[in-house]
Amino acid sequence: MRFGVVRFPGSCDERDTARALSQFGEVRVLWHTERDLEGLDAVVLPGGFSYGDYLRPGALARFAPVMEAVCALAADGLLVLGICNGFQVLCEAGLLPGALLLNASRRFQCAEVELEVENRELPFTCACPERITLLAKHRCGRYYLPEDRLQELQRQGRVVLRYALGERFNGSVVGVAGVANERGNVFGLMPHPEHSVGVGGRSADGLFIFRSLVQALEGNGGDG
Amino acid sequence: MATAERERSTVAEAVALGLTAEEFERICALHGRVPNRLELGIYSLLWSEHCSYKHSRRLLSLLPTIGENLVAGVGENAGVVRLGRDLYCAFKVESHNHPSAVEPFEGAATGVGGILRDIVAVGARPVAVLDLLRFGDPASPRSRYLLDGAVRGIAHYGNSVGVPTVGGELYFDPGYEQNCLVNVLAVGLIEGRPPASSAAKGVGNLLYLFGARTGRDGIGGASVLASAALEEDGQSMRPSVQVSDPFEGNKLIDCLLDLLEQGLAVAVQDLGAAGLSSACAEMAAKGGVGLALELDRVPLREELAPFEIMLSESQERFAAIVSPDKAPAVEALCARHEVLATQLGEVIEEPVLLLRSHGEVVGEVPVGALVEGAGRYRLKARRPAASSEQGALPSGTAQELVVRLLGSPNIASREPVFGQYDWAVQGRTVVGPAGGDGALLALPDGRGLAVTLDGPGPLAGEAPREAAVATVLEAAANLAVRGATPVGLTNNLNFADPEQPEVAWQLAEAVRGLAEGCRALGIPVVGGNVSLYNASPAGPIPPTPVVGMVGVAKQLRPTAAAFPGPGLKLALFGPFHPSLRGSELERLVGVRLAGGVELPNLARAREAIEAVAELVCSGGIFAHDLSRGGLAVALARCAASGIGATVSLSGLADLAAQAGEGELGWWSVLFGEGQTGFLVGGEPQQLEELACFGPLWPLGETGGERLVVAGEGAGERFAVDLPIGELAEALGRLAGLFD
Repeated sequence: MRFGVVRFPGSCDERDTARALSQFGEVRVLWHTERDLEGLDAVVLPGGFSYGDYLRPGALARFAPVMEAVCALAADGLLVLGICNGFQVLCEAGLLPGALLLNASRRFQCAEVELEVENRELPFTCACPERITLLAKHRCGRYYLPEDRLQELQRQGRVVLRYALGERFNGSVVGVAGVANERGNVFGLMPHPEHSVGVGGRSADGLFIFRSLVQALEGNGGDG
Repeated sequence: MATAERERSTVAEAVALGLTAEEFERICALHGRVPNRLELGIYSLLWSEHCSYKHSRRLLSLLPTIGENLVAGVGENAGVVRLGRDLYCAFKVESHNHPSAVEPFEGAATGVGGILRDIVAVGARPVAVLDLLRFGDPASPRSRYLLDGAVRGIAHYGNSVGVPTVGGELYFDPGYEQNCLVNVLAVGLIEGRPPASSAAKGVGNLLYLFGARTGRDGIGGASVLASAALEEDGQSMRPSVQVSDPFEGNKLIDCLLDLLEQGLAVAVQDLGAAGLSSACAEMAAKGGVGLALELDRVPLREELAPFEIMLSESQERFAAIVSPDKAPAVEALCARHEVLATQLGEVIEEPVLLLRSHGEVVGEVPVGALVEGAGRYRLKARRPAASSEQGALPSGTAQELVVRLLGSPNIASREPVFGQYDWAVQGRTVVGPAGGDGALLALPDGRGLAVTLDGPGPLAGEAPREAAVATVLEAAANLAVRGATPVGLTNNLNFADPEQPEVAWQLAEAVRGLAEGCRALGIPVVGGNVSLYNASPAGPIPPTPVVGMVGVAKQLRPTAAAFPGPGLKLALFGPFHPSLRGSELERLVGVRLAGGVELPNLARAREAIEAVAELVCSGGIFAHDLSRGGLAVALARCAASGIGATVSLSGLADLAAQAGEGELGWWSVLFGEGQTGFLVGGEPQQLEELACFGPLWPLGETGGERLVVAGEGAGERFAVDLPIGELAEALGRLAGLFD
């Protein structure tokens, strides 16, 4: 199993993501200028503040050279996971629908949150139970999509994760915490599976997400 | 070009820059001639209180600065302690009080950025930040504005730079209404290589400047803002506050650490207060050499005169000394990190800062005069008159008072604040800010690193020595409940104008107290900071010696200030002398309460602290340090998380008798505050073992969904019986602080 973890200038969680994934396979940290993603089974865009969140979170990172390769390979079915800032980058890059706006509290929020896994058939959630607890930490995590498109997404099972608190956590429309693309090979979520790996007796449910990836890749020979 | 570099300066200009007429005379004598205006500007910064410690240096020499594992101490960018083979911990606390009082968001943000660069300058990767915040009345619009800005500023920088904010303190007292305190402790680890040096060495080696472009922000920050009391019109000082850029800071930290990792730099130094002037003077002084600078090479944000370039405190900058053969590798590495690197000059033999601009010499200043020339003033100290006011007793019942205390500003849950900080990034946080007491981080070798940042209570004005000792003991107790034994201390002395005899007395007494506390625990002071002139037209701040402490735990025990399960025997442990005087109960009831300033016997305090640390580590006992609000609040806080307790006061009669006659004794037992008292829980034989190391009073047992304190022996007004939901609700009363 070979994972690539992208490092943009301003990324913060790439080391933690790499550490969590290294229990499941080989990890290569990809510099934002790299274009060659040969031999990778999945790519993760980590959390942090790529390019200082200037303009809008993710708005500049989508133009990084590495994203050209990520977009091209995603179209071929490569598994792409975006965590927090990575989710924001995927939305800006057009790989995922919707936008992540400033939290309703207008503040950074850091807390363990309970999540409902609405779709457990994706390569990112196939090993998840119905409810998981992950650490969420962000300032711009309020998911927004116009009503009609949101309904379509829900019908297609693409609203993958929802906050158990619903809209009360950060103001996300219907409590969306993570969405997938139509094909199901690109997934973005605001909470951090890499920070829910059991440190300090806290939740280890993040491992369900990574284990899902491994299970999905092993199940179909790793070609997505 | 401005004429500042050609013209001889005058006494009037020196005074305008914050120097005295006598200092100007001494500068002329040491300089060998009347300095030009550029040179005088540099003197004014390096001779400022902020850079030269001219009022505090004599006192600071009282602090113990020798320890077997101390690798770099006072005078370095940050203290460094050896934790094991090829593993070092760097830590330092610094204040950004005046900038935060003028512009709280940027003041606090640059406070975080500045102290992070200090520990990076010794080669450490930052792993934690803790903040001590002190404001005035939490209901006043000014306090809420300052608190809101400071918390957002800390979150903005700390979260964006990827360093967890794992703890600290939030405290309200009317004495900080105008002049708030923002003290930041940064902790870093160095693995697999020795700490970096800041001594410029090797004539002909190159001087590089890395990071952000230089602008006009922060000019005079050290001399104007940090070394004088706040004035009525603080807003006019806003241009002296620097502006943060955590994105640039993030890239710069990674770049610098890679540079050191690859052995590409001879010396590194962050640019903090007094910018390029101070950084170059410090590096040259430590290396016993001089530096020649081509000022026209400094990358600028806007057009600046040499005077402004040397004085700017623009953030996110580092300097380094690089041997010429490594220059191409350095430039390639910086290009990869998208960090601007500029070759600014070189190391020269003559110990001067030689400043050129467009080929012309614009200033030449002897390094020794800059760094060592500022005087060391003797302080005139006078003890303030002691008050002879008699203390009263509280009225009401313990049950009513404990609920009110739980919701009071200095005791209620800090979740509304730390919920805005990323305390988890880097994946080391075993116990974060929600745990209370100290924070605990996992070390790469499997042990724990406990960290805490503490300040004194309200009696520091009348009893500064005792308050300083108490703060040291408090910090050690906060580490002990995480199973850690202290390895070193850093301090930040926040005081008012030291030229006032009463302030001078408080400062001197507090330093003596810090020294006494450190000796009692057998730990060195690894460095620190002095922040003077914390005063406003409304008066001086309460003297505030702040202690940052780091300790090592042999085992990682994820504990918190919450009862871990039912059926645990509870006890009060330690040489504890509770007093109502200066307690949060006194603040709540608003009248002076009876009692004195009590300190435990220091040898016994150390024994108790070490025993708690040992048993937390090896035996897994539960322990929480008794702090604000005393035993009643400690019990209520630990029960509020979900597991209640049933306690009887009957075993505490002798402690009550020690603390005072009749009711006074019982009020003191429940709400009195003091040092080295622990609420502990465990199996009976674990508590018996603990009893070998200090006094132990059995309390009762954990379990149930209520906190029950039976008043047996004390009287019904001391009884408490509350559902834990009510305790949790009371503790949550600060939730509206940011609405």
